[in-house]
Amino acid sequence: MGGAFLALLRRDLRLAMRAGGGAGLGVVFFLAVVVITPFAIGPDLALLARIGPAILWIGALLASLIGLDRLFAADAEDGSLDVMSMLALPMELIAAAKGLAHWIATGLPLVIAAPVFSLLLNLEPASIGALTLTLLVGTPAITFLGLIGAAFASAFRRGGLLVAVLVMPLTIPVLIFAVAATGAAIGGTVPFGTPFRVLVGLSLAALVLGPIAAAAALRVTRD
Amino acid sequence: MRLVAEGLACRRGARQLFERLDFTLEAGRALIVTGPNGTGKSSLLRLLAGLAAPSAGKVRLEGAPEPEDFAEEVHYLGHLDAHKAALSAEESLAFWRAMLGRPAFAVDEALEAVGLGGLGRLPVAVLSAGQKRRLALARLLVSARPLWLLDEPTTALDVSAQARFGALARAHVEKGGLIVAATHAPLDFGPSQALDLDAWRPARPVAA
Repeated sequence: MGGAFLALLRRDLRLAMRAGGGAGLGVVFFLAVVVITPFAIGPDLALLARIGPAILWIGALLASLIGLDRLFAADAEDGSLDVMSMLALPMELIAAAKGLAHWIATGLPLVIAAPVFSLLLNLEPASIGALTLTLLVGTPAITFLGLIGAAFASAFRRGGLLVAVLVMPLTIPVLIFAVAATGAAIGGTVPFGTPFRVLVGLSLAALVLGPIAAAAALRVTRD
Repeated sequence: MRLVAEGLACRRGARQLFERLDFTLEAGRALIVTGPNGTGKSSLLRLLAGLAAPSAGKVRLEGAPEPEDFAEEVHYLGHLDAHKAALSAEESLAFWRAMLGRPAFAVDEALEAVGLGGLGRLPVAVLSAGQKRRLALARLLVSARPLWLLDEPTTALDVSAQARFGALARAHVEKGGLIVAATHAPLDFGPSQALDLDAWRPARPVAA
């Protein structure tokens, strides 16, 4: 069973890295958001430093959703999903493997790029460290919550918008606590640990519940 | 091992495709399902594979560890080949070999057996329709599962590939496997029985 999980993880990563696979697309989108913001806001460095973490998190959140609509839809269209539903590996773990592969291809590059992109928004070193840590903990939660929308999108043509509409509300708590933790790192009324622990809790819950809900959605939408 | 269907009914939208369908298939035999387009051949195979739920009736695989839930004993080959264009033939087959479990043929042997020897490194995208179908058939060989559900297995295959696949299917049946195949082409899978779905069409196909 572990072999099948790893085989699926390897295949999805390989597909993501090949031409047209979509790895790296998120980072480019992330970069676009970060580069455009200072032009829109103007040359006020203090303001940029204050709202920088929020801008970076919004960019990372939207970038994480890119490609999610095709996650199960591509497998449904070429018949792979039918064969996958007849394995010893339960659908929950199939969803988890695909989510993990998607995060490594899309979410992890965002975490790695964030410290560099933070410089464009005039963030302090403490803020950069805190932001990177919240992204490392928070982006898996976004991806795994996104699995639910991805599962529904596989049943409908043009399900891209569906993912955003279904998933975005679920990700709001992650966004709130991640940005709050980054703010707390550079001074505030609560220590960094308080919102960060809530973020870790949200992330752990999403890692477990996301695949379960996605598997249920895949079973319901199959005819 | 024995595949038993009792009182199967299938409905697609408002149309009743067939009802009260019974059959029993013993190990070492093939069931050839025929019938005009739209009589429910593909739907029947999806019911048997557990990919869709029947509107009435039951399917069991007697002799399986879980007779009522036997998806893990089944190879389902639908109209879609379940291969990714960006992967090579070898990668795709190795992936399914790891996923399906109970390994049988090695990847090279399976490719050789369906006549794709030497083409394993090519991406699936550049294979012809017939070669893609051969690759899909190779999936049946890399993992040992007793029941094969084949939906038009020989579509796009040339005459020699059809004969080659016929031999592979007969070998599977000889070893005590079961095959249910929906087809329009005459196929020889060894000892077999026929099921003409046209005869099971309800008198009033549209529900009142």
